[in-house]
Amino acid sequence: MDAALVRTRKRRNRVVAVLSYAVTALGLLILAAILWSLVINGVSAVSHLTLFTEMTPPPGSKGGLANAIFGSLVMTGLGTLIATPVGILAGTFLVEYRRGTAIAELVQFVNDMLVSAPSIIVGLFVYTMLVLPFGHFSAFAGAISLAIIALPVIVRTTQDMLLLVPNGLREAAFALGAPKWKVITTVSYRAAFQGLLTGVLLAVARISGETAPLLFTALNNQFWSNDLTKPMASLPVTIYQFAMSPYADWRSLAWGGAFLITFAVLILNIGARAIAARSRS
Amino acid sequence: MTSTVSVLPQQRATRLAGLGDAIFGGLAWGFAITVLVLLTGVVVSLVWGSLPALRTFGFDFLVTTSWNPVTEKFGALPAIYGTLMTSTIAMVIAIPVSFGISIFLTELCPPMLKRPIGTAIELLAAVPSIIFGIWGLFVLSPIMQTVIQPALIATIGQVPIIGLLFQGAPYGIGILTAGIILSIMVLPYMVSITRDVFETVPAQVRESAYGLGATTWEVVRRVILPYSRVGVIGAFMLSLGRALGETMAVTFVVGNAARISSSILQPGTTISAALANEFAEAGDELHLASLLGLGLILFLLTFAVIGTARLLLLRLNQQFGGH
Repeated sequence: MDAALVRTRKRRNRVVAVLSYAVTALGLLILAAILWSLVINGVSAVSHLTLFTEMTPPPGSKGGLANAIFGSLVMTGLGTLIATPVGILAGTFLVEYRRGTAIAELVQFVNDMLVSAPSIIVGLFVYTMLVLPFGHFSAFAGAISLAIIALPVIVRTTQDMLLLVPNGLREAAFALGAPKWKVITTVSYRAAFQGLLTGVLLAVARISGETAPLLFTALNNQFWSNDLTKPMASLPVTIYQFAMSPYADWRSLAWGGAFLITFAVLILNIGARAIAARSRS
Repeated sequence: MTSTVSVLPQQRATRLAGLGDAIFGGLAWGFAITVLVLLTGVVVSLVWGSLPALRTFGFDFLVTTSWNPVTEKFGALPAIYGTLMTSTIAMVIAIPVSFGISIFLTELCPPMLKRPIGTAIELLAAVPSIIFGIWGLFVLSPIMQTVIQPALIATIGQVPIIGLLFQGAPYGIGILTAGIILSIMVLPYMVSITRDVFETVPAQVRESAYGLGATTWEVVRRVILPYSRVGVIGAFMLSLGRALGETMAVTFVVGNAARISSSILQPGTTISAALANEFAEAGDELHLASLLGLGLILFLLTFAVIGTARLLLLRLNQQFGGH
């Protein structure tokens, strides 16, 4: 009887193990298939250098993604520049000023909600704040919506990283008579520098592929534009427009753009991980 | 004795330090409050923006199915149905798969492979959703149309009652395809949280069970799951929140038809897809307000789910002090 029970238990265990291996294989296979089609379709598009030098073409003709790449760089850069100081100081407030208080808990909870908030909702919000009142779409509104998405990511990592700074360091600086802002900027920030950098890089990675919040803030632009008050092209929105079109040239450019974005996001993530790993050792 | 009123250098330094502290502390406070203001701003702007639609249609907005910009009749039901249906399909597929992968990663995986596979999954969680969308449109949809959907129609489609879900022509795109793409997209995210939650189980507890002769499945079933139940539910709900609000992965493949069909093979729409498609072109006030109303519904839906998930995970953290 015992032997029968052992057999049943072993059999059940084997079934679960096999299922577990199978779904892992399936999951990895599908994800590999996605990367594979990205490489196959993307490399041929990226290998034409005109991708980086020519503007997005009208339907049915050749061209590149230069204006979209530029627009993505501008809006991602500006969004990061806005979100970084705000996010780091907000995270500082939670750790260095009000650690463990009700207000800190509230801000932290709301911030965690914002991290997982649908990005399209952010787009709607910025639309009603910055597009509707001015009557036109603008790259600035796009950058602000990206900043709003980057902000909670930076707040969260800043908070986590500052919490790791040993209190002894702060106390030593206070004992030397340093004012609080000086302790924070020269001791806490310096000790947590690599962690803070990791957070910012992850935020850049997150916003560089965001499409939904740009659809009705920055909109799109077929031409090169330096003007922050005008609509501006971006890689994700261009990919969306081109992929949904029936034109083969546009679709090929969409794959090229998708390849570029994925590549950039993966590089940023790997870089952030490398920095985080080095700071830990 | 000098009768000067000038301050000593130390005093000046103290005063400067006070000023520095006031400025720095004030900025930090202000930016932390910004986080709260942002969330409040989102709620206020959505409610305010959707007022004209809510006033015109009232409760009917939630329960009518017509979405017609020409006749200015707007009902949110098809979009709500699509959002809920695609997310449900995504969860039905992703929960067992991510559960299996998490068991594999924490209990079965050879130590050598643990890190590479774990890292690969975390990297994939960072891939932008538009990539999943474009893959769904160009690679998955043709496969759905030529292989999977005809097979479904020929088999389950013939069964009474359940078969109603799998009828009609194989379009390739549609509710089911959108649900599958969503499940693929949330999978890495779900696995990385579930695995983290599994790993909060102390090694001693797990090893004691193994020491008593328990099989892997028994350890998972009787030790890990009871210990991490709250966290696992939290992880699933966070992923659900993500699936509900996901835009780009869905918009490409859902078909963008504002109607409710009994069959999940047919095209439909979701709240986010409707917003992505129509918002920039919405001309008149009522259309815009109705779209903002959709946004408000999406906001309430996702925040209820994410809020519950965060509270569960918060409780877990307080209980075990882990992350």
